Amino acid sequence: MCLGIPAKVIELYENNGMQMGKVDFGGVIKETCMVYVPEVKVGDYTLIHVGFALNIIDEQEAMETLELLRQIEAIEDEIPGVSETPGI
Amino acid sequence: MKYLDEYRDAGLTHKLLADLQKTISRPSKTPDRGWTLMEICGGQTHSIIKSGLDQLLPPEITLVHGPGCPVCVTPLELVDKAIALASRPDVIFTSYGDMLRVPGSTRDLFAVKAAGGDVRIVYSPLDALEIARKNPDRTIVFFAIGFETTAPANAMSVLQAKAQGIPNFAVLVSHVTVPAAITALMESPDVQVDGFLAAGHVCTVMGYWEYEPLAEKYKIPIVVTGFEPVDILHGILDCVHALEDGKPQVRNAYARLVSREGNKPAQAVIKQVFEMTDRAWRGIGIIPASGYRLRDEYAAFDAEKRFPEVQTIETHESPLCISGLVLQGRKKPSECPAFGKECTPQTPLGATMVSSEGACAAYYRYGRYGK
Repeated sequence: MCLGIPAKVIELYENNGMQMGKVDFGGVIKETCMVYVPEVKVGDYTLIHVGFALNIIDEQEAMETLELLRQIEAIEDEIPGVSETPGI
Repeated sequence: MKYLDEYRDAGLTHKLLADLQKTISRPSKTPDRGWTLMEICGGQTHSIIKSGLDQLLPPEITLVHGPGCPVCVTPLELVDKAIALASRPDVIFTSYGDMLRVPGSTRDLFAVKAAGGDVRIVYSPLDALEIARKNPDRTIVFFAIGFETTAPANAMSVLQAKAQGIPNFAVLVSHVTVPAAITALMESPDVQVDGFLAAGHVCTVMGYWEYEPLAEKYKIPIVVTGFEPVDILHGILDCVHALEDGKPQVRNAYARLVSREGNKPAQAVIKQVFEMTDRAWRGIGIIPASGYRLRDEYAAFDAEKRFPEVQTIETHESPLCISGLVLQGRKKPSECPAFGKECTPQTPLGATMVSSEGACAAYYRYGRYGK
């Protein structure tokens, strides 16, 4: 139910007085209601849930998080004996 | 697909597992009993079981599965009401697909459909509104279930029905909220949880400021967590760090989609259409101020008010089903005597075996049959 899937906004338009758009889920195109992301632009990645965009994915935060998680790994690699992945 | 592949990366997943192992291997930080963490959302449960994280985690970390499966906690009385409404010839009953196989007292919505009832699966409540527009001579009832994630969509369908003048649209509301569930779990003496992984998409809508007083009151870390394996390990790592550093606070491990304040326009529409109410949770019981109902000014769109004859319904729950204990993290699905025997996804006794977010369905589908 709370399944939300990232999708790229490819078109924006108005319908029944609502901001609507078309989004691309890696090849599958769906119509989506954009009323909750009024600042959305074509090319943004949004989180889609039951036909509504709930937020725009923050690219800066996404990059920083991945960078942070990979840095942990870099530190790990510098410590002898913990670089192998145990038990897998 | 961007924003999915990076968070399913096996190399990074294994590195985070190694980091977690190192963290809990620090001397005198982790208690002998280890840490028990609860992921709130059933979508996270399925991701954990599907990816095998439950079998890869260090033995000191136990994950228990929470109540965040809206299909599972929708009370039997409302499922029976849905079945009664869907059986009417003047009604087209619309629902998210998961609800159709949820067992009512005597049958499910699929059985109503098989018997000739007009039951339709919709992807979005706006699809139900479109069906209403095209069928002005019938009443279209939409089963508005869900947590805060789904509330903005369901609320908007009611607002639009009013704004666009679609009087033959109504909603059967069964909305529940996460903070009230955390409170109920923490107040229960039978629930032993050291930390929570909060449901990332609920927080996309609501933010996480609501959790700060809970973390403070119960001295428990609550970490906003996403749904992919890397996201979930990020949440677990933050939760373990919070526990071992003695700082049981709210942390955000899903910053690309969640801010402290959440989505303000969505919250405003929820508040405009719904008000807080006590809600019964299937298998758990009534939790005070744990859900939404329609405000009086939208009463014309309330299916329970439009069809008052569905008010009195006598319910019968399966005596074998322990889904209430599963939903509170007190039992694993594989500990249920009926699991995989009397109860399977084809013949479910409880909603936890039905839903794509139910813990029992995840255990069955991915072969966690226990010892």
